[in-house]
Amino acid sequence: MAEPLLQARELVAGYDQPVVGPVSFIVAPGEVVGLRGANGSGKSTLLRAIAGTARVFDGRLARRPGLTVAWLAQQPVRLHEMPFSGRDYLRYAGARDTPPQRLAGWLDRRMDAMSGGQFQLLAAWSVLGCGADVVMLDEPTNNLDPEGEAMLAEILGNQRGRRAVLLVSHEGAFLEAACSRVLEVGP
Amino acid sequence: MNWSMVVDPMFHLPFAAGLVVALVLPLLGVLLRLRDEWLAALGLAHLAGASGLVGLAGGVPVVVGAPLGALAGAVLKGLGRFRGNTVYGLMILAGWAATLLVAANTALGSVMGHALVEGQLYFAGPVHLVSALVLAAGAAVVLPWVMPRLIRARLFPGHEAANGLPAWRWHLAFDALAALGMALGTGILGLMGAFALVFVPPWMAFRMAPNWRACLGLSAAIGVAGYGLAFAIALAGDQPFGPVLVAVLLAAGALMPLLPGKG
Repeated sequence: MAEPLLQARELVAGYDQPVVGPVSFIVAPGEVVGLRGANGSGKSTLLRAIAGTARVFDGRLARRPGLTVAWLAQQPVRLHEMPFSGRDYLRYAGARDTPPQRLAGWLDRRMDAMSGGQFQLLAAWSVLGCGADVVMLDEPTNNLDPEGEAMLAEILGNQRGRRAVLLVSHEGAFLEAACSRVLEVGP
Repeated sequence: MNWSMVVDPMFHLPFAAGLVVALVLPLLGVLLRLRDEWLAALGLAHLAGASGLVGLAGGVPVVVGAPLGALAGAVLKGLGRFRGNTVYGLMILAGWAATLLVAANTALGSVMGHALVEGQLYFAGPVHLVSALVLAAGAAVVLPWVMPRLIRARLFPGHEAANGLPAWRWHLAFDALAALGMALGTGILGLMGAFALVFVPPWMAFRMAPNWRACLGLSAAIGVAGYGLAFAIALAGDQPFGPVLVAVLLAAGALMPLLPGKG
């Protein structure tokens, strides 16, 4: 088996107080791993701990040396005035892979003129297309209609074997469709 | 109106010094607006004005004293890890109080205080032009390096922490460049003239530009065009430069509802 990219052992993480754990898991290259749990169970906190913005109280969280991480927050930054075209947005995110065909038609539109679903799909691609070793997506189906969800699931399916993806979602059917395995997360 | 004054060789050098600053400040303003820190410009300008006058009282030239105060403000902000506009509000108050107190208690300070507020562009000399060119060269070197990083930090705020990047380098480099720009801008164009160049052109460009490159170009073009028009009107009409520049830029801003917006 390839060397794990991420390894959590009895990890307890949170902010002022612990929010999630103890939890143990391994993420290997090429896996699309879903994180499922009730509201407040600490799924997003787990991603933040990996990203270094939440505190590790106990246990161990190991990252492969030199690991690169791309992270789509639950609410991506969307400014009131955003003089960036879709193409600018992807460029500054470092997304150099060719975007899927459906996104291509939006690339010359300003980000603040896009619908919520269009913005969300471009935001998801901005992290998926940047070549990071691990991509973390927190509730990426927010604002997406069924067609958008299906498209995102297809994009994620194409990522299998290319890079590791950690995916947080409330939607069980979406997780089952997009992930190679699903972890239950609880406080 | 005496339009022959506009082409008088005596004013070529001041015009060139101001033109360079009018090109650079709107570019800095675009990034300040992106970071929601446009008030930084006014805070740094007040600190620059105050430190310029304090330095003058101690025999230090304004062109040296003003940048020192603004740079100190930028370092304080960086080391204190302040976010948002609170620290700039404090800088404005401190700078304003110090400027007026020094101006009230020294003869030269009084003259310079008025000059800083009104804009003393016509008295700009070779030192100001060289300082402006140094600023432009610094911007040409620093901005291509910091801009993509600052944009990524603003739009994708978890990226730097998640990848253990030394983000302080580019944040501090930009803060220092903005401080230098505002200090020189204040010294050459006056306090409110410099602030107007950092605030108004980016405000318009953010609304109108179809993409980031156009936003930069539009902001710089509005700044330079507004500066040129204000220079001509102020000189021909024998008016203080700073207020004319602010009025011209505000008039341009008032046209915005008539112009195409959001790309």
